[in-house]
Amino acid sequence: MIRITNLHKIYRLGNVEVPALQGVDLEIADGELVAIMGPSGSGKSTLMNILGCLDVPTSGSYELDGQQVAGLSDDQLAAIRNRKIGFVFQSFNLLPRMRAVEQVEVPLIYAGARQRRERALAALASVGLAERVHHRPTELSGGQQQRVAIARALVTQPSLILADEPTGALDSHTSEEIMGLLQQLNQERGITVLFVTHEPDIALHTRRIVHIRDGRITSDEAVPEAQRRIALPASARPAAPTAGPASTETQEVAACSWPQASA
Amino acid sequence: MQLAASFRVALGALTANKLRTALTMLGMIIGVAAVIALMSIGRGAQEQITAQIQGMGTNLIFIRPGSTQEGGVRGGQGTAQSLTLDDAEALASSPLAPHVLAVAPEMGAGGQVVAQGRNWSTRFTGVTPAYADVRNTRVAAGEFFTQQQLDARAAVAVLGATVAQNLFMDSDPIGQTVRINSGMARAGVSFRVIGVLESKGGTGFGNQDDQVLVPLTTLQARLFMQRGRQGGLRVASINVQATGENDVRAAVEEIGEILRQRHRSAQDDFVVQTQEDFLQTFSQIAGTFTLLLGAIAGISLVVGGIGIMNIMLVSVTERTREIGIRKAVGARRQDILLQFLVESVVVSLAGGAAGVGLGAGVSRLISTISVPGAGGAAQALQTVVSADAVVLAFCVSAAVGLFFGIYPAMRASRLNPIDALRYE
Repeated sequence: MIRITNLHKIYRLGNVEVPALQGVDLEIADGELVAIMGPSGSGKSTLMNILGCLDVPTSGSYELDGQQVAGLSDDQLAAIRNRKIGFVFQSFNLLPRMRAVEQVEVPLIYAGARQRRERALAALASVGLAERVHHRPTELSGGQQQRVAIARALVTQPSLILADEPTGALDSHTSEEIMGLLQQLNQERGITVLFVTHEPDIALHTRRIVHIRDGRITSDEAVPEAQRRIALPASARPAAPTAGPASTETQEVAACSWPQASA
Repeated sequence: MQLAASFRVALGALTANKLRTALTMLGMIIGVAAVIALMSIGRGAQEQITAQIQGMGTNLIFIRPGSTQEGGVRGGQGTAQSLTLDDAEALASSPLAPHVLAVAPEMGAGGQVVAQGRNWSTRFTGVTPAYADVRNTRVAAGEFFTQQQLDARAAVAVLGATVAQNLFMDSDPIGQTVRINSGMARAGVSFRVIGVLESKGGTGFGNQDDQVLVPLTTLQARLFMQRGRQGGLRVASINVQATGENDVRAAVEEIGEILRQRHRSAQDDFVVQTQEDFLQTFSQIAGTFTLLLGAIAGISLVVGGIGIMNIMLVSVTERTREIGIRKAVGARRQDILLQFLVESVVVSLAGGAAGVGLGAGVSRLISTISVPGAGGAAQALQTVVSADAVVLAFCVSAAVGLFFGIYPAMRASRLNPIDALRYE
């Protein structure tokens, strides 16, 4: 559960104060799937950084699962990022030279978790990459790299996944696959998914779209059922999970029956 | 983060850039090798000196005259001229000295020895037959003089190996006559050569091959007469052999008692030194010398450490984004700190290990070099790679890695995750 009240963030560039967020109020319930939209410089990245505990607000309150985040130390924030939040970035942000399974193990190492290899393999399997666990980033396509990143975000079983333009570097077919995966995680595991996007099509994969401009929320609307897009999750297609032509078929939500992929 | 995981990450990062890692290590390798090689020379010298002192005879105690005191003015050691032949005899025969096995007084004088048209300037040492045992000295040819010859003040001489070589070259000196010009015997006194000493290969510390041994009584009667305060024949020093290695302390006590009684002076006019004292002194000197060499070589370790720091700073900058990613997925400051510290310590320790190997090799190479020893004989420079030097080199290289790694690691750990993630 996310509750933000009267959040301000001011950057100081030399003597000039640049307000990035000017009194944002936002509440997101557990299990929601929300898109945040807005032009560049609107403050949406700043909002995401604060939500992700990568940055701290100048003033205002941020409650995550009932815990007040503002005012925590660096290491406490790191622990929250590790246990509660999974990040997915536009540029994947995988570590160079490491095998996929090792990438996914990294958060578990910092969590001090046991059975890291097994858990990492399970996470990779759940994003449909069971066959590519020993590949390095340079040996994977963009979509595959983003799925490794999603597996890395998933592996600590966070309650919140924050995605900063997760499809920004992908073609439309692959984008659909990734959105399908996020929808599946949201639906099946009840993980709250929050992502920033520029593309209205991608935003329509959610149930709620928040618009931001000049550091303020300008609109916060539910997606009409008729416009919602459902992407078939890639891992739900056992035949040619990665190599085959991406199916971008979308369906009405009412008509969709979710295949139960084992986590 | 567990140390094992840090190690794996560090090894991964180091093998990713092999040439750079190798060059960084080279700084440490050269530094450690220099420390090991130079310290091995110091250690070698130390062992050589120790062996030489021990070669003089075991359980040895040296008695020398103390300093004089005339109206409050104190002279230097040896100015007292207090030791006499009677002192030596008292020590040898006293029932109060059960731990004294043998006593060998000696008296030295410089001078010239002439034979077969050749001459040689050397030292004449007046000794008693006990000298051979006490000072662990053997004759290579001929024989040592006897108590009878001592009592008779016989004009016989035992030549040191260097003296025999210089005077007689390859011919046999036994039975030959040498003329000695020394002290009051300016005109020269003829001595018959009855023996030649075994070479001890001595260097520095009083070359024992370059001397002529004559009976003490003969030296005093014919070459160099001097009487002490109490009228007895003066001796320069008295060598005492204790009954056993563990009896040296007891023997020193006994000697002190007897001499104090005999001299009846308020203040000790003699100094008693044991071989252990000598060993300690020389070990200390050699130890300081070794440390000095090590410290000089240590400078190159510092240079190697700066190399590590330089490369680690570059590495932190290059991997800013990686640090950002790791922080985003939950790495704490200490995790990042540890990762980079482990990396620099691995480099420095690996360099240290290779350096120990190289240093040991260089040390072996040095030990094959011949240096001119005393008496003109060439002799190999002794080197010893001691365990403590190796341990020291390892510890120092780990410390260098830690010290020079800490600043880059701190910089890495303090990076702001957002800035780090945005870094291109």
